[in-house]
Amino acid sequence: MKLKLNIWRQEDANAKGQFENYDLDGIDGDMSFLEMLDVLNNNLIEQGVEPVEFDHDCREGICGMCSLQINGEPHGPDRRVTTCQLHMRKFKDGDTITIEPFRAKAFPVVKDLVVDRSAFDRIQHAGGYISVNTSGNTQDANSIPIEKENADMAFNAATCIGCGACVAACKNASAMLFTSAKVSQYALLPQGEVEATERVLNMVEQMDKEGFGNCTNTGACEIECPKGISLENIARLNREYLSASFKG
Amino acid sequence: MSILDSKIPSGPIAEKWTKHKNEINLVNPANKRNIDIIVVGTGLAGASAAATLAELGYNVKTFCFQDSPRRAHSIAAQGGINASKNYQGDGDSDYRLFYDTVKGGDYRSREANVYRLAEVSSNIIDQCVAQGVPFAREYGGLLDNRSFGGVLVSRTFYAKGQTGQQLLLGAYSAMNRQINRGKIQAFNRHEMMDIVKVDGKARGIIARNLVTGEIERHSAHAVVLASGGYGNVFFLSTNAMGSNVTAAWRAHKKGAFFANPCFTQIHPTCIPVSGDLQAKLTLMSESLRNDGRIWVPKHKKDAEAIRAGKLKPTEIKEEDRDYYLERRYPAFGNLVPRDVASRAAKERCDAGYGVNKTGQAVYLDFASAIERYGKEKAFSSGHKNPSQEEIIKLGKEVVESKYGNLFDMYQKITDQNPYETPMMIFPAVHYTMGGLWVDYNLMTTIPGCYAAGEANFSDHGANRLGASALMQGLADGYFVLPYTIGDYLSSDIQTGPISTETKEFEQAEKEVRDSLDRLMNIKGDKPVDYFHRKLGLIMWNKCGMSRNEKELKEAIEEIAQLREEFYSNVRIPGKATVKNAELEKASRVADFLELGELFAKDALERNESCGGHFREEYQTEDGEALRDDENYRYVSAWEYKGQPKDAVLHKEQLIFENIELKTRSYK
Ligand SMILES: Cc1cc2nc3c(=O)[nH]c(=O)nc-3n(C[C@H](O)[C@H](O)[C@H](O)COP(=O)(O)OP(=O)(O)OC[C@H]3O[C@@H](n4cnc5c(N)ncnc54)[C@H](O)[C@@H]3O)c2cc1C
Ligand code: SF4
Ligand code: FES
Repeated sequence: MKLKLNIWRQEDANAKGQFENYDLDGIDGDMSFLEMLDVLNNNLIEQGVEPVEFDHDCREGICGMCSLQINGEPHGPDRRVTTCQLHMRKFKDGDTITIEPFRAKAFPVVKDLVVDRSAFDRIQHAGGYISVNTSGNTQDANSIPIEKENADMAFNAATCIGCGACVAACKNASAMLFTSAKVSQYALLPQGEVEATERVLNMVEQMDKEGFGNCTNTGACEIECPKGISLENIARLNREYLSASFKG
Repeated sequence: MSILDSKIPSGPIAEKWTKHKNEINLVNPANKRNIDIIVVGTGLAGASAAATLAELGYNVKTFCFQDSPRRAHSIAAQGGINASKNYQGDGDSDYRLFYDTVKGGDYRSREANVYRLAEVSSNIIDQCVAQGVPFAREYGGLLDNRSFGGVLVSRTFYAKGQTGQQLLLGAYSAMNRQINRGKIQAFNRHEMMDIVKVDGKARGIIARNLVTGEIERHSAHAVVLASGGYGNVFFLSTNAMGSNVTAAWRAHKKGAFFANPCFTQIHPTCIPVSGDLQAKLTLMSESLRNDGRIWVPKHKKDAEAIRAGKLKPTEIKEEDRDYYLERRYPAFGNLVPRDVASRAAKERCDAGYGVNKTGQAVYLDFASAIERYGKEKAFSSGHKNPSQEEIIKLGKEVVESKYGNLFDMYQKITDQNPYETPMMIFPAVHYTMGGLWVDYNLMTTIPGCYAAGEANFSDHGANRLGASALMQGLADGYFVLPYTIGDYLSSDIQTGPISTETKEFEQAEKEVRDSLDRLMNIKGDKPVDYFHRKLGLIMWNKCGMSRNEKELKEAIEEIAQLREEFYSNVRIPGKATVKNAELEKASRVADFLELGELFAKDALERNESCGGHFREEYQTEDGEALRDDENYRYVSAWEYKGQPKDAVLHKEQLIFENIELKTRSYK
């Protein structure tokens, strides 16, 4: 199929960006969205134009590296997928596709479609872990049975890939869904309970420091999240935060 | 010929590791504060090593090319991680895990290392659970297990189809704790470009900041390379797009021997290639083989009709299907090891029974599993006379709870519903057993330079069984390297900080700048991918699932030619002093273009078939691999001497004292 691409180009963090138009032909429905961009880039290079930079690595929907706001939606029109798992069969011959970086104050643009999501790492540094030594002198793994239901809920929260689509989807650019997924994973496991109070306070404080907005419960994050991280996690985070603030 | 000293401790195999730990030199905790270690790579091996080294008190700097350590390629591992816990009571033990691994590797791995791996495997699970890794559990609250190709016990721990993700997030969280304590400095979006040697010892690296293009010097008392495997030399593989050989290759050029480069694992259950412009192949976890049955049509005319779109697989009667693995290997059936399953699929497709348009696919069918589970479920919930419809419905639910995310992934990619029609699969390049040669301490032939995880030639021999790479990465990182490295560093406690303002650093930095300038200045016509794809085709066609002397010789010539063409005709737009993804790719492909040739040379030298290395000249009458233990029971370790064609072969003879070498049979 033939496509018209309207792509955000920005040389670096300080440059002013603008949209550029590109025509592209010969795109097959079985291609992934990123393969389509590979084709564009190869054409551009052959024409002596600088290729469009975008983040990607696993191309299996699991590393969380790919991003892109496609026609106004993080990871594009399909539900529950990352951009690398979006296929061109979701588009039609002759479509115009607008491609932008994820937009949020806490995610500055690095170049073209690449943004800096290291704020997420810093939220994790603030408490996204269980303080256990890596010495191997831990007790036998089966010595603390965990109810399957809790284990499954913890697992579901743990599947967050840190892609940032929730932030990009949110009108306030809030990082609540991401942070709540981490807080929930640990809060639901006996191993994580010990430090729960400190963890939630520190992570929320860091989240605010990074310049993410507040959560006003609009729920756009859940809709756009490729891993289906549920709003229940935000509710759990709020409960954890509230009780932690009392303990304070 | 230099002698490779493997430093395997003496004594009975089950006591070697304990004895070694008791005897090696230790560094006093107060002195660890004065010692810096660089860890390149933050996958399972690097992240676990960095966290543990920092916890022990060393100052650690980590490097990765992604924007966050959490995104390292380990994140993609689906199936699971082995450990000899014997929670299932099905007869597992350290010895059995050791035995299966050595046998599965076709007796081309080092006994002492593999035994140690089995020995520490249980600890890994304990460690991860303590860190909050949400492994799958049974209703009683205890950990669940499943089995994987090549073994007859259930020893694989898993977290749905996302085990690698959960394990990596666990190791990343351990890193975060140390970052918060100030013991780890993480350099993300940084690429190691070279290793710096001072007085023969590894004392630092040259890195490129991928955002600003700056070239940086970083010093340390030791350097750990945990930079992953080199499967992307084939262009199409299941590896993440950025996976590369650069860190290992640059170390090789500085004196680290490269071992067994030709040992590549081809994974049997991947989604087949769909088009010429494809960039990446996707793996479907091998755990699917526990329930899926693999087949092709028994009659060529049916295969032809399917390829032409005139017949559906569901229309082929049971008796007209050839469940070729069950037929050829009655003992293991669909659970034969990966090399055996992959070759068998290729054999059927080459014989004309392939089932997709290109004839390069076989079926992985869940119909009988759905029926079996449906019946069980109906029975156990009181329906003793369920209708066929009910059975199928219940069966689908069970299959969904086990493999739902994998089925979704398949559907997303292929646009076909695997609950209704069998999946199509084909082998693809997946894992590389070769890598930097290391001794028992995981030190390469450069003093002070270590290699861990997939970057070393490791414990897998000529073939890796499922769920053992994660185990090895974490064993190296959490439990082996942090202790063995002390042996070397104990002599460095007086050294003090290593300056980067020396002629060695200056020289290494200059070399890196020169090589980048050289690439930028070619200003040819073709994008980097053009060369990478071409290299991949040569590798797949001539160094792939089966190899022969003639084609390997051709490959060596063709790769050398392609390298020349690359250096005269690649085009890299933009500048080297800013973010430049094409330049990043180019410098990785430049290294693949050298490694590829050494790979073919290694395959040519090994006149036998074993594991993932199948030489057509050496096979039994019924097409099975024919090993030559007398002449090839060694690790080939290549020394760099300029061009790959001049590389010099060193041999580490493998000694088997605890396991009798047998023909590997799964019949
Ligand atoms: C799809 C898939 C599924 C798999 N499933 C399983 C499974 O179920 N069970 C199992 O046991 N194994 C599995 N494997 C294999 C296993 O995942 C890998 O072998 C293992 O994760 C490798 O870990 P690693 O730490 O050695 O390297 P990686 O995780 O590859 O990490 C490499 C690191 O090095 C960094 N790096 C590389 N080069 C440089 C450089 N020049 N400069 C700076 N940094 C650099 C990268 O940024 C990254 O951080 C699977 C593999 C794939 C591809
Ligand atoms: S919560 Fe969902 S959208 Fe947000 S970072 Fe995690 S996976 Fe991405
Ligand atoms: S590239 Fe890894 S999630 Fe898309």
